[in-house]
Amino acid sequence: MKKSLSFLIMLVLVLSTVLSGCAGGTSNETSANLSSDTQTEPVYGGELVYGMTQDLVSLDPHQSTDAGTRSVVFNLYEGLVKPAPTGDLIPAVAEEFSISDDAKVYTFTLRNGITFHDGSLVTVQDIVYSIKRYAEIQGESSAFSIALSSVEATDDKTVVVTLKEPDSEFLSQMTLAIIPEANADPEGNPIGTGPFRYVSYDVGDKLVVEKYDGYWKEGAPYLDKVTFRFLPDVTTAVTLLKAGSIDVLNYMTAAQVSELTKAQADAFRIVEGNMHLVHAMFLNNAYGPLSDVRVRQAICYAVNRDEINQFLFDGKSTIIGTHMIPDLKTWYNEETASVYSYDPDKAKELLREAGYENGFDLVITVPSAYDQHIDTAQIIADQLSKVGINATLEKIEWNSWLQDVYRGRNYQATVIGFDGKLNPSDWLAKYGTGADKNIANYSNAEYDELLAKALAAVKTEEKADLYHQMEMNLAENAASVYIEDPADFVAMNANFDGYVFYPTAAYDVSTIYQVKK
Amino acid sequence: MNYIVKKVLTLIITVLAITILTFVTFTVIPGDAAVAKAGVDASDEQLEALREEMGLNDSIWTRYTRWIGGALKGDFGYSYQYNNVTVSYLIKTRLPVTLMLAGLSLLLIIVFSIPLSLLAVKFRGGWIDHVISGANQVAMAIPSFFMGILITFVFGLVLKWFQPGNFPSPSENFWGSVGYLMFPALTVAIPKIAMTVKFLRSSIEKETKEDYVRTAKSKGNDEQRILYVHVLRAALIPVITFIALVLAEIMAGSIVAEQVFTLNGIGRLLITSISARDYPVVEAIVVYLTSVVVVINTLVDILYQLIDPRVRVS
Repeated sequence: MKKSLSFLIMLVLVLSTVLSGCAGGTSNETSANLSSDTQTEPVYGGELVYGMTQDLVSLDPHQSTDAGTRSVVFNLYEGLVKPAPTGDLIPAVAEEFSISDDAKVYTFTLRNGITFHDGSLVTVQDIVYSIKRYAEIQGESSAFSIALSSVEATDDKTVVVTLKEPDSEFLSQMTLAIIPEANADPEGNPIGTGPFRYVSYDVGDKLVVEKYDGYWKEGAPYLDKVTFRFLPDVTTAVTLLKAGSIDVLNYMTAAQVSELTKAQADAFRIVEGNMHLVHAMFLNNAYGPLSDVRVRQAICYAVNRDEINQFLFDGKSTIIGTHMIPDLKTWYNEETASVYSYDPDKAKELLREAGYENGFDLVITVPSAYDQHIDTAQIIADQLSKVGINATLEKIEWNSWLQDVYRGRNYQATVIGFDGKLNPSDWLAKYGTGADKNIANYSNAEYDELLAKALAAVKTEEKADLYHQMEMNLAENAASVYIEDPADFVAMNANFDGYVFYPTAAYDVSTIYQVKK
Repeated sequence: MNYIVKKVLTLIITVLAITILTFVTFTVIPGDAAVAKAGVDASDEQLEALREEMGLNDSIWTRYTRWIGGALKGDFGYSYQYNNVTVSYLIKTRLPVTLMLAGLSLLLIIVFSIPLSLLAVKFRGGWIDHVISGANQVAMAIPSFFMGILITFVFGLVLKWFQPGNFPSPSENFWGSVGYLMFPALTVAIPKIAMTVKFLRSSIEKETKEDYVRTAKSKGNDEQRILYVHVLRAALIPVITFIALVLAEIMAGSIVAEQVFTLNGIGRLLITSISARDYPVVEAIVVYLTSVVVVINTLVDILYQLIDPRVRVS
């Protein structure tokens, strides 16, 4: 009994020291001590625990549509081609490929000697099977199935994919996973050709993968074993990182990074990149005042994007001016970022021209679960008040947002981040007049014309030029207020290095290695 | 006997009412289950096909009877958030951790609260009593998520008695997992210990003023003996009911503790399912948890009248 009592007293004492300890910590704030980029030398072997706050939907690669799942299964599966960190598509299961001049016939040559995780050789039949299975799962009405005309193995090395209409961006679809036809249960027993193979999966908790010794690429991967852990929230994840239960955590905020490095500066390596999202305040171009291009331009001049970047991301985000991320270098038009500068006087002048010298009321609808969007909307509302626009926030539940704003387009303005695939049309086709997911209700004849040309163009240069013009069109007509591609901070246990960012959903652990001491 | 039959009937009606309420709630709240499953960019045709497949186009009554029919057989259908995973499988795999946590918490509550309240009564008005009641106030005032963070910080990060997030599987390392669970169990138990001590202390105190205690004293009985044998026994009767109520709160506390200590139990499943709008899972868990509470309460009612026959009269 005495023991239990002294235990309780001890507990009370400990609690009070912790409380005062916390108070002391916040007062002497130091700036984030980001680790320097010193060269490290890799050693083979080792185990890594990758912490993430998203959960997996399925291990069947043809079912996976959400970014979290795609990012993880990136390590298990490969397509005929796969994305490189630059956003280009490089040969994977195919050793080489060619596209016909009319962009209707895609020819792939199977990589010599490439094997699945069970050791069997990949055959052209497996490739045909995988493409057909993917089409079937996507459904008859899907864009993929509609585009596809036929898939044939012309010999035991060559697969020819033929399209109904020319489509020079179809190659990005060929990242779909190649899986063995012989495997009856792709969901429960995932087999692919990736650098890691499946070991075990606890639904909602963790996925364990191990190095595949027969991987076609020499020298990869470095690690022997990787565990992906699905964690409930970022706060918990940061605690686990400090405790050493996880080795990598991405999508951290600047504040979390500085908290982490303040305590143990040498224990972590901080890697900076981008989230590869278009973070923007979308404007409903069909709504009253916003249908006037001058009003939209005025809003663009009134919004100080640098202030948002500074406040939310410590100034580490990349400012954008159109609906494209800078890391898709081929497709990005960097001139769009400087179309608008922060200029409240110009904004007022434009509003006066448009007949709104006394301003107007604007409701910014934001999904209530996302602090980043709410904070951004708050800052914008404050900035808009300086030019006489009376903006108010309406926070709604995510499902209502999807229903009313995204699908119903019944809104005035909203703050959200859009991701996209590697092909530029995935980002930009939605601005075509009457397009299915045209959230901004944008309609511009010149844009539609450029879009049609861009989709038909085959040569990369010509295509890129057309997309650049479209991006400039969006910027000049202020289709929406494009803010930034948000900064993404990844914290790693300092024993590891080699993290690489991709402009698409991929957590590539094959490049991560243990640092030689 | 009549009393027990009545109690059991009430129980069944209550559980049925809960299922209806839960089912209706998840039907009325905004959000389209088909969108939740098919993803944001699904086409209208895809959604319509999915709604048909999921039976969402049927009337609410048809859907309820279908659901309750399956539920009675232990079949709650498939999860929305995980492909091809049944709700029953999810609950079955998550339950052991939650039960272990709840059991440990209850054990801690009993082990700590009885001696502490006896101490407080024995040294009534003394410094021990003051320390205990002071600690009680503090323990009750701290929200459990904060308590969890404090315990993680102190025992996990500073003292390193356990490694946060590194919960060993009970089937591989049973005692290791019990050791880890002591910390979340403490998180759940501390506020409940405080409540129980407060309650038990006043119950004992009331009992010591009873006539029979004075009689026992006047007969020259040892004060210690009176306290432990007579008073404690009588004072524990209301505490049984109290502990049953606490059990319901242990369940609620576990939800928070599982989140903070990254335990893969029912509570965490509930939270992830709510944020993923995985309604079949949420419905099953809500019905399951409330049923547990209702059943425990009924059992306590029955037990109580067996211990104390006076209850039977009312």
